[in-house]
Amino acid sequence: MKSILIKNGRIIDPSQNLDQLGNLFIENGKVSGLCDATVTADEIIDATGLIVCPGFIDLHVSLCEPGFEEDETIESGTAAALAGGVTSLGCLPNTSPVVDDRSSAEFILLQAERAANCHVYPLGAITKNQEGKELAEIGQLVAGKAVGFTDADRPIDDAQIMRCALEYTRMFDRPILNRPQVAELTDKGQMHEGFYSTVLGLKGIPAAAEEIMVNRDIALAELTRGRIHLMCISTQNSVSQIRRAKTAGIHVTADVTPHHLTLTDQMLETYDPNFKVLPPLRTQEHIDALIEGLKDGTIDAICSDHTPHAAEKKTDEILGADFGIIGLETLLPVCLQSLITPGHLTWSELISKLTTGPAKILGLAKGTLADGADADVTLINPDIRYILEPSRLKSSSHNTPFLGKELQGRAELVIVSGEIRFRAEN
Amino acid sequence: MNIDHEYRTDISSGWNRKHILGLQDLSRDELNIILNQAAEFKRLAAIGETKLTPLAGTVVANLFFEPSTRTRISFGLAAKRLSADTVDFSASGSSLSKGESFIDTAKTIEAMGVSYVVVRHKTPGAPQLLAQHLDANILNAGDGTHEHPTQALLDIFTIREHFGKIEGLTVTLVGDILHSRVARSNIWGLKKLGAHVIVCGPTTLIPSEIEQLGVEVSNSLDDVLPRTDCLNLLRIQFERQRGHYFPSIREYAHLFGMNKQRINKAKENVLILAPGPINRGVEITPDVADGPHSIILGQVSNGLIIRMACLYLLHLQRTASLGIPG
Repeated sequence: MKSILIKNGRIIDPSQNLDQLGNLFIENGKVSGLCDATVTADEIIDATGLIVCPGFIDLHVSLCEPGFEEDETIESGTAAALAGGVTSLGCLPNTSPVVDDRSSAEFILLQAERAANCHVYPLGAITKNQEGKELAEIGQLVAGKAVGFTDADRPIDDAQIMRCALEYTRMFDRPILNRPQVAELTDKGQMHEGFYSTVLGLKGIPAAAEEIMVNRDIALAELTRGRIHLMCISTQNSVSQIRRAKTAGIHVTADVTPHHLTLTDQMLETYDPNFKVLPPLRTQEHIDALIEGLKDGTIDAICSDHTPHAAEKKTDEILGADFGIIGLETLLPVCLQSLITPGHLTWSELISKLTTGPAKILGLAKGTLADGADADVTLINPDIRYILEPSRLKSSSHNTPFLGKELQGRAELVIVSGEIRFRAEN
Repeated sequence: MNIDHEYRTDISSGWNRKHILGLQDLSRDELNIILNQAAEFKRLAAIGETKLTPLAGTVVANLFFEPSTRTRISFGLAAKRLSADTVDFSASGSSLSKGESFIDTAKTIEAMGVSYVVVRHKTPGAPQLLAQHLDANILNAGDGTHEHPTQALLDIFTIREHFGKIEGLTVTLVGDILHSRVARSNIWGLKKLGAHVIVCGPTTLIPSEIEQLGVEVSNSLDDVLPRTDCLNLLRIQFERQRGHYFPSIREYAHLFGMNKQRINKAKENVLILAPGPINRGVEITPDVADGPHSIILGQVSNGLIIRMACLYLLHLQRTASLGIPG
């Protein structure tokens, strides 16, 4: 395996509190520390003007294979991940068949290995066929290398099932990831309930739909001493509840998506289904609270929640359109726009939400450039501006509201296990 | 007769809008142009000029992706009164059941030489979507719970006819505001024309933050009745009832139904509208529906001329944009 020297980069590694200009040496697939620029290597990369950081870890991504290959495959999805600077991702079990047994989890790993793009960590279903009724074979899924458990887009409605899931996974020290959304208050909803849902005549989803389940899940985590991770938090009150729970020592973590930090419910005025996501885009007050939550550590991670939908399956009418947008390839630029440019987070803080934060939630020995760590490295060009053209996307699906928009910042070069797997084209 | 037939063209000057998607988009001036044009058609009808020719040779498509009887008939007749050819489409038994997309269906029909598309659809924003994908002029005949511009225009026309103005009047919309496209369109139109608008209904059927539209919110019909010049009684949709928005029809009628006792508390010349179809004994008792304050059937005939006016104005825009002398 080739040795690599990355020269003259701004090395940012939140796991070591590092933010300095320097040179990073990679050998035998591992990071081998900072070094002089004069060290020889098989490959020398000039990182002048670039940020060198641990590869990003995306907590939950839909790769759609098996079953929905028209939307995405493990190969195309992991290629999109690399293009976004992501070197490890949690793969959601919302496939067909659902990843609710060991062989399904192993199939994901096999396909990921064949694709040889980034590391893929299966997330197993909490319940059989994601039906919310009976626990899936969690122990077998752990044997199949599932790193966490979630019913993906389907919240666990039944509190008793959630209680059992939290207690049962405690045996394996794995987290439960839940998307908090009370079904009764979400039914037929299209967007955030507020002024714009009133004007547009679209059924609203109140903030309370999320907050009620956040509250329940925190209470159950306290009761069971299990580990709950709340996916895609979107409201002010969710942030406050999680903050209080963390202060009380309850094992709760949370993530937020970049689009919930930048876009508001007003965007639905165009009726463009690319603004239809779950939880729905909310208002500026909620965005402000989410940013506060990121700053003070209440929210641990930023996640793309990549949700591809093939063009031919997507209806243009908003009522029939599926929820969700792709996000792997816009993760970095949208974070830059919403968090770095306005000065809410430093680069080091942002990178921690994309590396150490998610690594800790999933229990991965990743997200660091410490000596001896796996050499998963992303080189960021923070200044480059470009239009997001469809031809640029590696994902099979193009359902994103950022298409055609000018973005700033991208992954320039990505190393996985000591191999250069991605270089940005001009 | 021929002289009268040469209807005034000054009324429509200043109109250059391609689509009528909702009253949210229209300016006060544009609203007045439509109302005045409708008044002109009404004048002509009164002197027997019921068959006009401006749209001769053009095709109007009525695309009803959601069931409708009254609005569909009204639009069909409006187009025929202007001498357009019409094609009618309704969702049942169409290629939609074969999986063809909404846009593809509309494009196929447009390819038959259609210039004007009247569309009703259960999805809010569907007319906007057609406006993006078709070359035709689009006229919204009701999109989900978003807007129903021609219904609101005919309500406003009827009010203006009765009072001679809109400015300064207090108009109360009663009932299910949450699910009503008629209410939304009425609010936009009436506010722009200077009316004070009250929305009155059970708390469960008043949508969030509607005050931001500059309307007064009330949950007591009895409180607002003495200040109301015009009541617009929105239909209660029984199919919504499984949503538990109110306990019973009986209780609704008790709290928000218009009956003889309430008429006595109202202003002497109060005008009662209902977009219909009305549920007699629920929103309105039969004696009030058929009484002197009610103008429900007058609304229906005004609907025809409003739709004629809208089609005619879209036609003017189209011929102007194509450089064809009007």
